Amino acid sequence: MGLKLSRWQVTRDLVARQKESTGPERLLDGSVILTRLEAAVNWARKYSFFLYPFVTACCGMEFMSVAGPRYDLDRFGAALPRFSPRQADLLMVVGTISHKQAPILVKVYNQMAEPKWVFAFGVCAVSGGFYDNYSVVQGIDTLIPVDIYVPGCPPRPEMVLDGLLQLQQKVKEERWSDWPRGEAPVSRC
Amino acid sequence: MDESVTLKKLAQKFPDAVVGTHRFRGDDTVIVTKDKIRDICFFLRDDPDLLYNFMMDLTVVDYLGREPRFEVVYHLYSLAHNQRVRLKALVPESDLTIDSVVPVWIAADWFEREAYDMYGVVFQGHPNLRRILLYEGFEGHPLRKDYPLKKRQPLIGPVN
Repeated sequence: MGLKLSRWQVTRDLVARQKESTGPERLLDGSVILTRLEAAVNWARKYSFFLYPFVTACCGMEFMSVAGPRYDLDRFGAALPRFSPRQADLLMVVGTISHKQAPILVKVYNQMAEPKWVFAFGVCAVSGGFYDNYSVVQGIDTLIPVDIYVPGCPPRPEMVLDGLLQLQQKVKEERWSDWPRGEAPVSRC
Repeated sequence: MDESVTLKKLAQKFPDAVVGTHRFRGDDTVIVTKDKIRDICFFLRDDPDLLYNFMMDLTVVDYLGREPRFEVVYHLYSLAHNQRVRLKALVPESDLTIDSVVPVWIAADWFEREAYDMYGVVFQGHPNLRRILLYEGFEGHPLRKDYPLKKRQPLIGPVN
């Protein structure tokens, strides 16, 4: 409450000062915001993730819970799952990735337009989890670059939301020179 | 406990093929040689006292170090008589083949493909015996007891 009140006071003082001043701000009358373009674009990006749910295993249930009304990813702007990688900019890898499926994941990643981010959801996507065997990829970062790792089997919805907030923080601090990243660094697919 | 109808009939009909039987809490088990497996399955399905019309499961067990090394296990259920039977066919490593039972129960199709994929048992007469879970180019059969625990053969990406 106190924070809001003080902000309101700052705004009120600013408006009052603008009215008193005689400079060009007087003419603009508070209708202009000055910022860096990069910061403005990053602000827009971090609150409008279009996610591609690459759901392969039991973590999918937890993803549905997070995306549903109780935990509600929509509150953070990540509202709209797109089931075409061309329209998405956040690749959510939810569940175990087997070696047979690895080329598909890489293909989906390469099909996404930049800028794009990758969210490793659950311990299988992060490191292979307890599937240390012949059939499972030992972490999707062996195939594609990963921005945020959320372990857990499955992760609690709170962990996912925290991961999303941390990803937003990361997006906020990005520079335009970070893009494009290019294709996934695995050889064949 | 009475001797089961299934066990009795099988022993009568295929005296050479039946190697052993046992019965535990109403569940019958028959151990057979692999040669007549398809005839045995047709008999189990069609005999009016048996009518095992539901093939529930087919899998393989690897008894490494034993001879014969492999066992193909069939779990059958008779909806008409509410009876189950477990059929074990002995398959030696030197001749890793057995007749397919797809002509008997169409449900055996993918089970046999999986058994071939994981253990390398060749089901003769199967209409489409390819790998089902793993990919083309995968070397070996990973559920065998002598498959190296740490062997990795990814399609793409580093070996780890």
